[in-house]
Amino acid sequence: MRALPSRPAGPTYRVEFDRALKDAAIAGLIALGLFLPLIGLRTTQDIRNELTLETRWPLLFTMVGLVIAGSLINSFVITPWRAYRQEKPRTPSTAAAQFRHEFLRYFIPLAIGFVAVYPMLSLWLAGMQGSVKWVDNFGIQILIYVMLGLGLNIVVGLAGLLDLGYVAFYAVGAYSFALLAEHFGLSFFTLLPLAGILATFWGVLLGFPVLRLRGDYLAIVTLAFGEIIRLVLINWVPVTNGYAGISGIPRPTFFGIPFNASDEGFAATFGIPFHPVHRAIFLYYIILALVLLTALVTVRLRRLPIGRAWEALREDEIACRSLGINTTNTKLTAFAIGAMFGGFAGSFFAARQGFISPESFTFHESATIVAIVVLGGMGSQIGVAIAAVAMIGGTEILRELDFLKALFGNEFDPTQYRMLLFGLGMVMIMVWKPRGLIGTRQPSVVLAERKAISGTLVKEGRG
Amino acid sequence: MTEPLLAVRGVETYYGSICALKGVDLEVHEGEIVTLIGANGAGKSTLMMTIFANPRARKGRIVFAGQDITQLPTHEIARIRIAQSPEGRRIFARMTVLENLQMGAIAAGMDENDAQLTRVLDLFPRLAERLSQRGGTLSGGEQQMLAIARALMSQPRLLLLDEPSLGLAPLVAQQIFAIVRELNQHHHLTVFLVEQNAFHALKLAHRGYVMVNGVITMSGSGRDLLERPEVRSAYLEGGRQH
Ligand SMILES: Nc1ncnc2c1ncn2[C@@H]1O[C@H](COP(=O)(O)OP(=O)(O)OP(=O)(O)O)[C@@H](O)[C@H]1O
Ligand SMILES: [Mg+2]
Repeated sequence: MRALPSRPAGPTYRVEFDRALKDAAIAGLIALGLFLPLIGLRTTQDIRNELTLETRWPLLFTMVGLVIAGSLINSFVITPWRAYRQEKPRTPSTAAAQFRHEFLRYFIPLAIGFVAVYPMLSLWLAGMQGSVKWVDNFGIQILIYVMLGLGLNIVVGLAGLLDLGYVAFYAVGAYSFALLAEHFGLSFFTLLPLAGILATFWGVLLGFPVLRLRGDYLAIVTLAFGEIIRLVLINWVPVTNGYAGISGIPRPTFFGIPFNASDEGFAATFGIPFHPVHRAIFLYYIILALVLLTALVTVRLRRLPIGRAWEALREDEIACRSLGINTTNTKLTAFAIGAMFGGFAGSFFAARQGFISPESFTFHESATIVAIVVLGGMGSQIGVAIAAVAMIGGTEILRELDFLKALFGNEFDPTQYRMLLFGLGMVMIMVWKPRGLIGTRQPSVVLAERKAISGTLVKEGRG
Repeated sequence: MTEPLLAVRGVETYYGSICALKGVDLEVHEGEIVTLIGANGAGKSTLMMTIFANPRARKGRIVFAGQDITQLPTHEIARIRIAQSPEGRRIFARMTVLENLQMGAIAAGMDENDAQLTRVLDLFPRLAERLSQRGGTLSGGEQQMLAIARALMSQPRLLLLDEPSLGLAPLVAQQIFAIVRELNQHHHLTVFLVEQNAFHALKLAHRGYVMVNGVITMSGSGRDLLERPEVRSAYLEGGRQH
């Protein structure tokens, strides 16, 4: 398979056929040696508590076959392709920038259009029953993480403060919502801002002591903060009900009309048959609105002095101070605003689930959100959104891959390979796009006129 | 004699328990270029940063335009029209030239200042051609120009420059010095210049100070210092041609 595009000039990479076969054979042998005890043989305890040895030859040979195939693909496709890429003269960067510009210009409206009609699309394609899953498990779930990603993006991506305990603010938002709803009977739309304010408050509270820290130290302290909040939620039983969590959280209503099967319910009021998908769609649009709000606020903030200061802070703290930026306040605002969006997401989460417990707020959540921000490209909002779709959507898709059971036997559960695939995906992205999916930063000011930029003719940037 | 624009009186600065400045006295008058030379590790950058209260002087006073600024926080010092181009330039690498410049104006508590931008870009036509280029992709000389231009955006009365010729080819360093002279002569900017390049710095400056191990050992007019044998042997021999 010498499908290399031949080029007229310059040295061209040649696949060495023998070498490739030899590599594949060696890789296969190593894999066989490793997998024989790991996969080929398996001990099981039977009813009499005796160990029996079981052989799994088909699985073993499938795996070894995969390794050999991988080696061959590497020799015949990936290496030549990379060699080709290296030889290829670099395209002028202006053309690439032009393309990026065009891409972003059309991509954002298209993407927003798509998410706006997504529930309808799903209703049309999957019907009412199927749509509950597609709107709730996919749409809402992904959007919650987009929201969290956008919030953390302010702290990590823009201000450059690595916060590994972001889940704390998510938890504060969720529990504030749940407790205030339980004790004061306030409605969703009153509680949402309240929960946001409480999370902001906690953001400032955490911000104060950690302001002097940087880099690794900051990361560890915020990590600890996330754990402390979770432990408090577990152990402060009289208030938080501990592990058992809080249930019966009121659901959002449609201007006072609940989404249930009663006579006052949404379906009855509008004279349509009751279906759970109504609520799912309503929730979907709430979180979509929240996400768009977050994105919009971030875009605006980036153009204000405070947003510029965040980005400058990420680049060079000493320069910032000598330019007159109050770095303390700048960091605090980043923390507080990031926390506020985390709080919004948390209260939405509580309202959607109707039940929360400390288990929803583990370090794993923080890590996922940080991963979304990093994969997205530290600071890029579109990148964050794409990364959230890939990571959260990917996880959900794994649940759908039932057909793999036919291939690997009935015990095979694709979701158990989630972390493995995550890891693989991340390594691949970091190899190919080390700065994240959207790695180049968009300037927050662009020149209104590009043509005449001589000293005296310079026009002020357009905000 | 009139009140100096900047007066440093008996300043002592410590890094932990290490004493980096052991009682420094120094004055900069309105309209002057004053240079501070000294070997590596003498404490020149420390003095520069101490004027900006980062680190803060443990003893002594720093007075700017009649106001004691020793206890002011760093970001407020930058707002009373002292600007600094710190050692190593420290431009914002991922931001464009225009954004870098605007940071200089915004941070000093001013609006994005159109007129000042035009003035600064007139001084640095090289930057004017590169407004949408990212700071990190500029050449070393251009980065230094950007660092100075950024500091100028806040319309300072006093500009502190820490080793603007660092890592630059002699010709480019000359250009930078020429700009400093122009700023001083035509824009009435007072400049306090820290330099390794003693020959050019002393030629450029009205007055100079020599610092050794955290104390000022010599001072005088630039020409006067250039003639002194101690200065020649310690800072000029070999480096004299450039
Ligand atoms: N952050 C710091 N912590 C501890 N010691 C420091 C720190 N910064 C500087 N020093 C020490 O203070 C002394 C003076 O350093 P400074 O940077 O002021 O020297 P300098 O005159 O600017 O030298 P150069 O010409 O090499 O830039 C040195 O001994 C240095 O090691
Ligand atoms: Mg120095």
